[in-house]
Amino acid sequence: MLERLISRLQKNIDSILMIFISSALVVGLFTLYSASGRNIILVLNQLFYIGLGLILLWITARIHPKYYEKLALPIYVVGLLLLLGVMFFGQSSHGAKRWLNLGAFKMQPSEIMRLAVPMAMAWYLSKRENKRHAIDYVIASLFFILPVALIINQPDLGTGLLITASGFYILFLAGLSWKFIAGGSIGLFSLAPVIWSHLHDYQKNRLLILLDPSQDPLGSGYHTIQSSIAMGSGGLIGKGWLNGTQGQLDFLPERTTDFIFAVFSEEFGLLGNLLLLALFAFIIGRSLMIASQAKNTFTRLLAANIGLTFFTYIFINIAMVSGIMPVVGVPLPLISFGGTSMTIILISFGILMSVHSHKELVGSS
Amino acid sequence: MSYIKNSQGIYKSRFFFKRRLAVLSVIISIAFFVIIGRFFYLQIFKYDFYKGLSENNRIAFVPNVPNRGLILDRNGIILVDNYFDYTLEITPSKVASLNKTIDDLKSIVELSAGDLKKFRKMLKEGSTLESIPIKVHLSETESARFAANKLRFEGVEIKSRLFRRYPKGAFASHLIGHINRINEEDKEAIKKLGWQQNYKGTDSIGKLGIEKYYETRLHGKTGFQEVEMDANGNSVRILDSTPSIEGDSITLSIDSNLQEIAENAFNKYRGALVALNPKNGEVLAFVSRPNFDPNQFVGGIDIDEWKLLNESLDKPMLNRAINGLYPPGSTIKPFVALAALENDIRKPPFNIKDPGFFTLPNSGHTYKDWKPFGHGVVDIVMAITISCDTFFYGLGVELGINKLSEFLSRFGFGQATHIDMFGESGGLLPSPEWKQKRFKQPWYLGETVITSIGQGYILVTPLQLAQGVATLANGGLVVQPRLVQSIKNNQTGKIEIFKNKTIRELHFKSENLALVKDGMMNVTQPGGTAASMGAGASYKIAAKTGTAQVVEMKANQKYNPSRMNERHRDHALFIAYAPAEDPTIAVALIVENGGHGGSTAGPIARKLMDYYLLKKVPLNKEDNKVGSLESEFHD
Repeated sequence: MLERLISRLQKNIDSILMIFISSALVVGLFTLYSASGRNIILVLNQLFYIGLGLILLWITARIHPKYYEKLALPIYVVGLLLLLGVMFFGQSSHGAKRWLNLGAFKMQPSEIMRLAVPMAMAWYLSKRENKRHAIDYVIASLFFILPVALIINQPDLGTGLLITASGFYILFLAGLSWKFIAGGSIGLFSLAPVIWSHLHDYQKNRLLILLDPSQDPLGSGYHTIQSSIAMGSGGLIGKGWLNGTQGQLDFLPERTTDFIFAVFSEEFGLLGNLLLLALFAFIIGRSLMIASQAKNTFTRLLAANIGLTFFTYIFINIAMVSGIMPVVGVPLPLISFGGTSMTIILISFGILMSVHSHKELVGSS
Repeated sequence: MSYIKNSQGIYKSRFFFKRRLAVLSVIISIAFFVIIGRFFYLQIFKYDFYKGLSENNRIAFVPNVPNRGLILDRNGIILVDNYFDYTLEITPSKVASLNKTIDDLKSIVELSAGDLKKFRKMLKEGSTLESIPIKVHLSETESARFAANKLRFEGVEIKSRLFRRYPKGAFASHLIGHINRINEEDKEAIKKLGWQQNYKGTDSIGKLGIEKYYETRLHGKTGFQEVEMDANGNSVRILDSTPSIEGDSITLSIDSNLQEIAENAFNKYRGALVALNPKNGEVLAFVSRPNFDPNQFVGGIDIDEWKLLNESLDKPMLNRAINGLYPPGSTIKPFVALAALENDIRKPPFNIKDPGFFTLPNSGHTYKDWKPFGHGVVDIVMAITISCDTFFYGLGVELGINKLSEFLSRFGFGQATHIDMFGESGGLLPSPEWKQKRFKQPWYLGETVITSIGQGYILVTPLQLAQGVATLANGGLVVQPRLVQSIKNNQTGKIEIFKNKTIRELHFKSENLALVKDGMMNVTQPGGTAASMGAGASYKIAAKTGTAQVVEMKANQKYNPSRMNERHRDHALFIAYAPAEDPTIAVALIVENGGHGGSTAGPIARKLMDYYLLKKVPLNKEDNKVGSLESEFHD
């Protein structure tokens, strides 16, 4: 009886991926406990969202990928409308308009678009599979350019850049020719001055301080300096759990969210870092493996994108914390405190597992 | 054939995909090696350097929170200020057992259930490294008792914090707004806007009204103290200190005496009032009734108190002046009359003989005038004065909804005024296109008929109506309404005076405008619908009354206010400006369920004008009451 229940629960769940994810979640909870100054309430709060995310993961893993393919466009359109809704009716919190109040609850449509954009692009490009022309890549690009323009306008540069990256992955994997890639890169570089002039002052500031953090030790450079001290003083084996002075003595800003990796790094050192990185590498590797085994273009593109987006988050976050990238406000997936991003990331792994467990059943058309 | 080709295609595309994936995998590996390289650099190569820095990192930056800017009225009367008070605070990370500490504290200071609830809430939201107030406004005996027992309580201390104060309580609450504790959503906004540095140590933020709109000006600049700490994180000595810069003082354009007279004049009625200077758009009074007490929000509002405010049937949190949407009723008539004249119809000596109803050509449907047997012979001036519905029904039909709607939009109806306050509603100016879009239905002529007396779909906010009246009063300048007169930088002493802005110039023919103004002036004269409101005034008032139906009357039902549920009574509206020859004040107001405009709403406007123009203060409470519901007039 119990065995049947367990096997039912396990159906559609990729146990290898699940083990890696769970390990990362456990590491995250311990780090959070330390980073928050032993705030058990905060940890329980995070645990609640992990529970919610795992339930949603389980549900999304059971849904056949063909439904994702069918729903890709409707979800995308709804997401886009909600984004427009934010622009016109959004709740502005002191100048940043990102929330939409839907009576009973509030939501950030930009979070939906993280999944909706790659789904819609994968849908479009797989539909045009055998009759693709250059124009199809342009149309597919519009799928991410429109929402990104709206999101950057909110202003939310971090999410905008991540969606842009995920758009590029899809285009690249779908077979955008190298000629276009080269041309596009040149075009983008020549556009850089234009983009620069459209950035908000604080965004420009962050980029400038990256070049020389010491010029503003109290302002934006403070983050980078303090996180470098935290990481560097961790050394090879770290100061031990709950013993990181940088984190514990209130020097490190955003300890529980964007800069949680610095706390981890200070307490567990280089060895801890390498182990956590290996865990992430396994998750990414497993995701890409699932993608390469997927049976049709839609699932292939979608699965690969989930793995690559996960990588992008990790890379941007760690690069930012260790001072080789500007501070853009991207959380460390599975580790940072934050309900929405936790739920979204677990849902995306659910979709990945759905692709994996239904791979034999997917037709080749 | 095609099968082979297809399967080849699939094979090719899979192969291709895997090749691209391999390219990306190489990039990912490189990225990982870059990160690992950085780890080695920081944690091995520079380990000694950073270890040294970390050990010497005994220097913390403690924020000096700036004083929030003051808010004053146009005469310099303080409407919002700050004061210091003692609070008892706990730093959770320094306490061994939080529950035990709190239990022990109970024997020393009185901790109410509300205090504990608030503390738990803040604990959940904040970091345990910050100290969190468990009891605000400590009394002297309480602080003395705690001081005597201080050694028993590690991690608990008395701090002095700055509190926001609204000395006049509920006065002008919707205008001033309030602050509240910074919540998760605010934190995120602060982060996205790059304000974190400046908000270190700040625990509250403007949430409504002026407090919210001018947050960046009111907040000030946070200073920092460079403090040397011991290994436990206690400060040992101050190394350097940058003082904070206090927030700017904001001078509103309202006159608090005028505002107070207006608020009192509403007595127990719900409603809203906006008074403007038609020459420059300055808001002189901004009322939304009932008010709320912004002091309740300072330091976080109690959940129960919030529920009470939020769920009250009277909706005290609704800012009726900018978010209350009402049918304008007959107050729209002067605007409609001007629309007709500017389109060259209904010019005197044109007149109608009003039988008390209007019959729609072709359909034969009739629309009743409010006066059962009609007004007799009526021209356009008279139609405004006595508020003749029949005259406007016919006028609207001949003018057509498109021209009418377009003309009203020039005054700003149907659009936000962009006053300096967030969340303003735009109202609703109906048109056939709008109806097609909204209801997928064609526009009916009957809807034009009722729109021309301000009923049906059309909705306005009191602010829009005030802007409209001001535009009539000043002869066709749509002025930008604004709440702030000037902002003073307390550091430099520099005063930034806000400039008047004209949004549009509407070029009306002066003879047309004169006819409408004549009609409005006669409204307050004997025979007009607000004759009692104008009686005995030493200056001339131009006005228009209005009534907006709350519930629809059945065909044979007679409107009898004394027999109706109070909340089903009509809304009373009133617009006015004075002195009629050279107006310096324009007013629009609505009294919810107030019955008829002339008798309930009119006296409120009169009191306002008597004070503004003659400095006459209403004598006593009795005199301050609005007129009775049973009135000899009707609209």
